[in-house]
Amino acid sequence: MTATKTRTGADAASAPTELTMAGALNAALRDAMAEDDRVVVYGEDVGPLGGVFRVTDGLQERFGDERIWDSPLAESGIVGTAIGMAIYGMRPVVEMQFDAFSYPAFEQIVSHVAKMRNRTKGRVSLPLVVRIPCAGAIGGVEHHSDSSESYWASTPGLTVVMPSNPADAYSMLREAIESDDPVIFMEPKSRYWAKAPLALPVTTAPMDRALVVREGSDVTLIGYGPTVRTALEAADAAAEEGLSIEVVDLRSLSPFDDETVSASVRKTSRAAVIHEAAQFGGFGAEVAARVTERNFYHLAAPVLRITGFDIPYPSPKLEEYHLPTADRVLAALETWEWELA
Amino acid sequence: MSLNVEHHAARRALPSEKPLRLLDNAGHAVTGAATGGFSLPDTETLLDLYRKMVVARRFDVQVTALTKQGRLATYPSAYGQEACEIGAVSAISADDWLFPTYRESVALLTRGIDPGDILKSFRGDWHSGYDQRSHRTSTQTTPLATQALHAVGLAHAARLRHDPIVALTFLGDGATSEGDAHEAFNFAAVWQTPTVFIVQNNQFAISVPLARQTHAATLADKAVGYGMPGFHVDGNDVAAMYAVTRAAVDRARAGGGPTLIEGLTYRIEAHTNSDDPTRYRPARDVEHWKRRDPIERLEKYLVSEGALTEATRSEITDAAEALAAHTRDVITTESELDPLELFDHVYARPRRALLEQRARLEAELAEAARNPR
Repeated sequence: MTATKTRTGADAASAPTELTMAGALNAALRDAMAEDDRVVVYGEDVGPLGGVFRVTDGLQERFGDERIWDSPLAESGIVGTAIGMAIYGMRPVVEMQFDAFSYPAFEQIVSHVAKMRNRTKGRVSLPLVVRIPCAGAIGGVEHHSDSSESYWASTPGLTVVMPSNPADAYSMLREAIESDDPVIFMEPKSRYWAKAPLALPVTTAPMDRALVVREGSDVTLIGYGPTVRTALEAADAAAEEGLSIEVVDLRSLSPFDDETVSASVRKTSRAAVIHEAAQFGGFGAEVAARVTERNFYHLAAPVLRITGFDIPYPSPKLEEYHLPTADRVLAALETWEWELA
Repeated sequence: MSLNVEHHAARRALPSEKPLRLLDNAGHAVTGAATGGFSLPDTETLLDLYRKMVVARRFDVQVTALTKQGRLATYPSAYGQEACEIGAVSAISADDWLFPTYRESVALLTRGIDPGDILKSFRGDWHSGYDQRSHRTSTQTTPLATQALHAVGLAHAARLRHDPIVALTFLGDGATSEGDAHEAFNFAAVWQTPTVFIVQNNQFAISVPLARQTHAATLADKAVGYGMPGFHVDGNDVAAMYAVTRAAVDRARAGGGPTLIEGLTYRIEAHTNSDDPTRYRPARDVEHWKRRDPIERLEKYLVSEGALTEATRSEITDAAEALAAHTRDVITTESELDPLELFDHVYARPRRALLEQRARLEAELAEAARNPR
C-alpha cells in the first residue's frame, strides 16, 4: 500500500544514539530540509530560540533565515500563508507552539487546508504540515494542555497523526513532509523528553498504520500519543495478576487503521480506548463505534472509553486527577463482567 | 502642541480622504493634487480597459438575468464595480497570481477565464471550474479575507525563489474587519512580500454600511499602521485604479514590498439574487451612484479625445454580444454532475473508507437506474 522510499539523512547512517522525541523531530526536520529545499519551517520562536520545546534547535543556524524563520505571532496568518506557499510549490512545516493556540488557525485549516484539493478537483494539493504540540501532563497553565485531536480528525481532507515514541516521531514526520496531503502532526508534549536509542534515518511502519506494540490475549488497549505509555504501564501491572493485555498504538487518527484494530479485538474480544481528551464527542467514541460495528459478534463486553473528564483541562495542581492513569485503566477493566467471558 | 495640531500632523501621513482620481465623473482629465502625481494611462491602454469593461458589463447583466431565470444557484453581481476590478487586474501580468473572492467574476473574465468555468460553483457544481495553475488564479474564496493570507504566502514563496512574481488579492470593505485581513497586511509588511491588496469598497457588506465596519476616515488609512503605502482611489475611475495598481505592482516586483489600495465604488445590484436591498438603502442612493457609472465616464473621455470611433464601438458591442451568447449557451446547457466524483479528490492518496463509501453510493445509483421512481 505504501511505497517506502529510501530516506537520506544529512547525518545519515549514524550509529544508534539516545535521542529524545524532541531530538528525533529536530533530526527529521533537519534531514527533510537538507534533502529538499522546498521544505521551509516557520512559526513562533522557532528561529534563534529553537522553539519553546527546542524542536527546531540549531536549524536556523544551519539553514539560514530563508529556510526557517520566526513569523509574526498570529496562527491564522501562519497557516494561511503556508497555504499560499504550498500553492507555489513549497513544502511548509509550520508550528502552532501549543494546541490551544492553534484555534485562531481553525478556519484556515478547516475551510482551506482540508478542502483546497477537492475544491480544485485535484489541481491544487497542499503539501504542508501543521505541527501541534498537544495534550497535557507537563504542569502547564491554562491553554497549554488541550487535546484538540477530535476537531481535526472529524474534518474530511485532513490527515491527522500522533507519534508516541522517538522512532515514530522521526519516521512519521519525514513521511508527513513527503505527503502530498496536508498533515496535522500532533506531538504529545509529555513525550518530548522520552528517550530511545536511534540510528538515523530510521523508517518505521507507514504512518497510516496502527501497530501492535505489545502482544496479549485477553484485552486490547487502544491508545495514541501519550496514552500508549499509559496502556503499556497498565499491561505490565495486569500481567502480574495474570491478565494478558495487547496494546495498539493507533499512530494515525485519520485515516483510521480498522484492519489492525479489528484483528486485535477479534483475538482478545475485549477493547478499551484511552485518551486524555474529554470523553463526550471525543475520538474514543469513534474508536468504540468502529470497533463495535465491525466486531460486534466477537466482543465479550462493551468497548470502554477511559478518558479525561468532561471538564476544561485542569490547572497544574489538579491535572493528575484528570488524566487517565494505568490505575484508572485497570479499575475500568474490572467493571467488565469477566465471568461471562 | 495642541491635540488638533497633532491630529493634522498625523493626517498628513495618511492617504488623502479625497479619492485619488485621474478622470472626473464628466470624463475630464484631472490635474493637480487629486491625481496623487499619477499620470493618465495612454489612450491605447484606456481603450483596452474600456473594451474589457463593456464586455464585462454585458456579461454581468447576462448572468444576473440567467440567475433570475433560475439557471444559477446564486450570483454576486459586479455591476458598477467594473473599473475597480478590471483596472486592478489589468495591471498584473499573466505570470502573476490573483486571489479573488466571489465578487470578482469580471476580474476573472478579464483574466481570460471562460464564463462557464467562472460560474461553475455558482451553478451549484462542487468544484471551482477553471485550472488555477494555468490561469494563475486561485479559487473564488468565500470565507472573508482568508485568501489575502494565501496571496501573502504565495508572494513570499516567489520572493524566496527569486521569481519576479506578484500576488494581487481582492477583499471587500466588510472583510477588512476580519482578523485575517489584519494578519495578511501585517505578514506582508513584515516579510515585505510582493503583494498588492485591493480593498474593493462597495460600501456594503450585504446590508451593513461601511460606517458599521470602520471608524477610520478611509480604509486606505489602515495601511499606515502596518508600515506600507495606502491609496484611497476613486474605484469608478478605471484610469486611476489601473495607474495606481500598476505602480504598486511594479514596486512590489522590484522588491519594494506590499501596497494597500482602496477602490471606492458602489454595489449597484443586490449582494446576491437572494438579497433585498430595499430593506436597507434608499433607491435614490443607487440612482446617485448610477450617475457615476465607470463605463460612461471613460466613454465620455475617449469620445472627447476622438479615440472611440463608431467602428470601434460597434466592434466592442459585437464582442460583448458574442460573449453574452456564449455565456447563455454554456449556462443553459445542463452540465452532467457525477456524484461519484465527490470522493475522488478529497485526498491525494486514496483512502479505503472513502472507496467503500463511493462503492456504496455507486450501488445506490445502479439500483436507482434499474428501478426508476
